[in-house]
Parts: sequence; structure tokens; C-alpha cells
Amino acid sequence: MASRRQRYWDLRAAGNFIGGGTGAGLIVVAALAASMGAPFRLALLLGLGCVLAGLSLVWLEIGKPWRALNVFFHPHTSWMTREAIVAGVLVPTGLIGLVAGSVAAVVVAAALACGFLYCQARMLRAARGIPAWRQAEIVPFILATGLAEGSGLYLIAGAQTLIAQTPIGRWLALALVAGLLREAAWWAYRAGLARTPGAAPSLAAFDTPPARLVRGAQLAGLALIGLALTCTAVAPGLTQVLACTGGALAALAGWGMKARLITRAAFTRAAAIPVIPTRGRRASHAR
Amino acid sequence: MTRYVMVADLRRCVGCQTCTAACKEGNGTPPGVQWRRVLDLESGTYPQVNRVFVPVGCQHCADPPCLEVCPSTATRQRPDGIVTIDYDLCIGCSYCIMACPYDARSLVDHTDYAFGDAPTAAEAARAEHKTAGVATKCTFCVGRIDAGTARGLVPGQDPDATPLCVNSCISGALSFGDIDDPTGPVARLLAENKSFRMHESEGTGPGFYYIWDKGTL
Repeated sequence: MASRRQRYWDLRAAGNFIGGGTGAGLIVVAALAASMGAPFRLALLLGLGCVLAGLSLVWLEIGKPWRALNVFFHPHTSWMTREAIVAGVLVPTGLIGLVAGSVAAVVVAAALACGFLYCQARMLRAARGIPAWRQAEIVPFILATGLAEGSGLYLIAGAQTLIAQTPIGRWLALALVAGLLREAAWWAYRAGLARTPGAAPSLAAFDTPPARLVRGAQLAGLALIGLALTCTAVAPGLTQVLACTGGALAALAGWGMKARLITRAAFTRAAAIPVIPTRGRRASHAR
Repeated sequence: MTRYVMVADLRRCVGCQTCTAACKEGNGTPPGVQWRRVLDLESGTYPQVNRVFVPVGCQHCADPPCLEVCPSTATRQRPDGIVTIDYDLCIGCSYCIMACPYDARSLVDHTDYAFGDAPTAAEAARAEHKTAGVATKCTFCVGRIDAGTARGLVPGQDPDATPLCVNSCISGALSFGDIDDPTGPVARLLAENKSFRMHESEGTGPGFYYIWDKGTL
């Protein structure tokens, strides 16, 4: 039996990983901003909104949405349960930070956001029926992608006030580092995939024109952020445009890649037998 | 300790799909859902071509990946090794489907019938309508096993306590029983023949053995 593309998790499930990654990344950057005295409320609000939107999307996908609370029943081994529990603490903590303006609460929320994102990465890693998800390199890839999306969006969310209140260079540098980390994680993931038996259909799904477009957006975003970093002192207006465009591309590329990872590159394992059975009096032989 | 397993003798299976039909009829699974399938695998190139029929389904693993990921504890493992799904707990998140290396689970989100809008007599009698929106899979006909053993019958030896696919197999390719009973037919079959388990390197400990030749492997 050939492997086949899984058909149970669609864009709604992908939306959970997109919203969760972007939201967690934004919350982490918001905590950094809060601890440095930079604007953080909008980023924190957007981050919490993204996390909730992602969870709402996955709620729309499950077969028995009115039993959704059963998701909390298996924290011993299920990363989905752990993700739900962490989200249950993250959202109120973030709201406290938002309403009270408490830096400590925002930092705690950021730690929880990291945990939430880690749970999402481990959820994919635990899906042993999907070769494209189960390999170890998926964990750093999902983590780095979330940070790249969040730091990219922060360049837009804070664009109106960043230049006036804080040096934008540090946020551009953060987005650049996050983008480079994602780039490294992507190549490590792809190399791991190439070594994985039965992953050829997934690799092919990452070589289609839409996937190349996503990769192009990722590289273009990285280049624009790098360019913006070089002209912060000489052309503030241009820097703002480059930062916003680069940040948007960084986020869009992450969303596109995760949508492909969940809905297009997720193939099941093919059935395989290590030997050919003997028939009649013929000698057996290995395939 | 009892550990129920299934054995498929690949030398005997002719790919007739009678087990598939018996499972569908007996369990009333909806269109498109087959808990017991028979794969038709081909290998080699002309003229050296091999064709093998491989019955597949839930492997009732000793260390089931589906159980590990299930967030609702709907997936459970009985002491006799049979992996079950509590349809009243399952939230239909499909995570177990993603975790199964054997592609053995299904989920349909609405009740569907084989012929039009009305159920056939078999569907009406046997289909559990509460399976819409939750994950389903082969149960080793656990209801038959429990009812049979309660009457003192031996699964794998008495048809009334044996999975329907095994009962229906026309070539005697499928066997079922307690692998921990050294005098039972399953343990003897495995002792006297070469066998393997699918994706054994996964470490899931599948409870489904495939015999492919005589002698000890």
C-alpha cells in the first residue's frame, strides 16, 4: 500500500499551529519589549488573540466539539492535553499582564508561551504515522518558526511607536536572528527528512511551485530585515517600510510553510513487508 | 497472562477480501471505512514479479502510539492486549489517526449508509450511530470475545468467541488466539513457522504476526 496524504487535519488544524506559533512568538517578543521599556501591549494582545484563534480553529475541526473539555484528561503522555493545559494558564496570565501592565506577568506569560509552542512541536513529533512530522528536527523548526513569525509581526505591530521610543535596530536584529535560526532549522529538518525512509512524497510536496514561493518569501523577508538593519541610521522612513515588509514576509512565510506541512506534506507510512512469502514448494527469498 | 494476537499466513491468503466483507457486515462500518483490509502488494519488475496479499488493520500494539497521544483517554488497552476506543469519551480530534504507523484508524463526521439515505438491515442492527465524529478501528471483535469467554468458550478455537474476519477466512490464512498459551494454535503456528511483524523497528510491539515461511526465522 502506497503512502497517502492524511485527510483528517485540514487548514483548521494548520491554523492552530499557525496561530499558536505566531502568538507564542509575539508574546515572547512582548516580554522582551516589556522588560526593556518598549511598547508591548499591542504585541501581547495580538499574541493572545492568535493563540485563542488557533485553538478556536481546532475546536471547529474536532468531531465532538461539545466534549472539548475531555482534552484535559491525559496529561501523563499526551502533548495535546499538555498544550491545552498550558494554554489554560497562558491566556489569563497574559491578560493580567495586559490589564495590569505587570512586566512580571508578561515574562511569566512568555515562559508559558514557550511551553505552549514546545507542546505544539512535540505534538507533531509524537505523530508516528506521519514521517514528515515524527522526526526530531521538527521541534527546533516549529520553535524557530514561531519566534520568526512573532518577531516579524512585532516589527509591524510596533512600527508606529518603535522608532520614536526605542532603537528599532534591536528589534530588527532579533527578527534577523530568528529568521536565520528558522533558516538553519529548516535545512536541518529537510536534511533529516531526506534521510527518513518513506518521506519522498513529503519532500516532493516541499518542491512544488507554491512551496518554492513560500521559501522565496522567507528569504526575501530575511533580506529586507537585514537591509533595514543596515539603514536605520541613514534613512528612518525607508527602514520602517523595509521592516514592515520584511516582518510581514517573515510571518507569511511561516504560515505558508506550516499550512503545507500540515495539509500537503503529511503522508502516512506505507505498508511494507520485509520478505516475500513462499508459495507452494518454492524457496523463500528476501526482497 | 492472556495476550490476544492475530496471525496471517501470507502463504495462504488469496486476497479474496471475504474477511473485509465479513468485518463490514458484522460491525456495520460506514462506506469508505474498512477495519480489516487486504492489501495487494506487488514487487519486482517483469518477469520477476511478486504479488502478495497482506491483511491489515489495527495491530493492537503492546505499546500503542495511539494510546500515548489520545488527549481524552478514550483509547485504552485491556490487560489482554486489546486496544479499545471509548466512543463516549473520544472528542474526534484525529490525533490517534496521525499517530498510528499502520493507518488503521478512521473517522467519519456523519452517519452514512451503503445504499442511499436508509440503513440496510445489517447497518440498522449493528451500526453504532454514536461512532459518527469519533475515531474507530478494528476491535478484534471484542464483544464476541467477551461474550464467548463468559460462556466458557476459547477465542480462536470456538467460532462464537472469535473475530468475524478469522471465522470467514476461506483459506485458513487468519488465526486468532492467546499467544501466551503455549499449547494454543497461535503459539504453535508462530513456533513452527517464520514470521514477522510490520514496522517492527517502531517498537510498538504489534499484536499481528505475518507468517511467510516454514522453520524458525
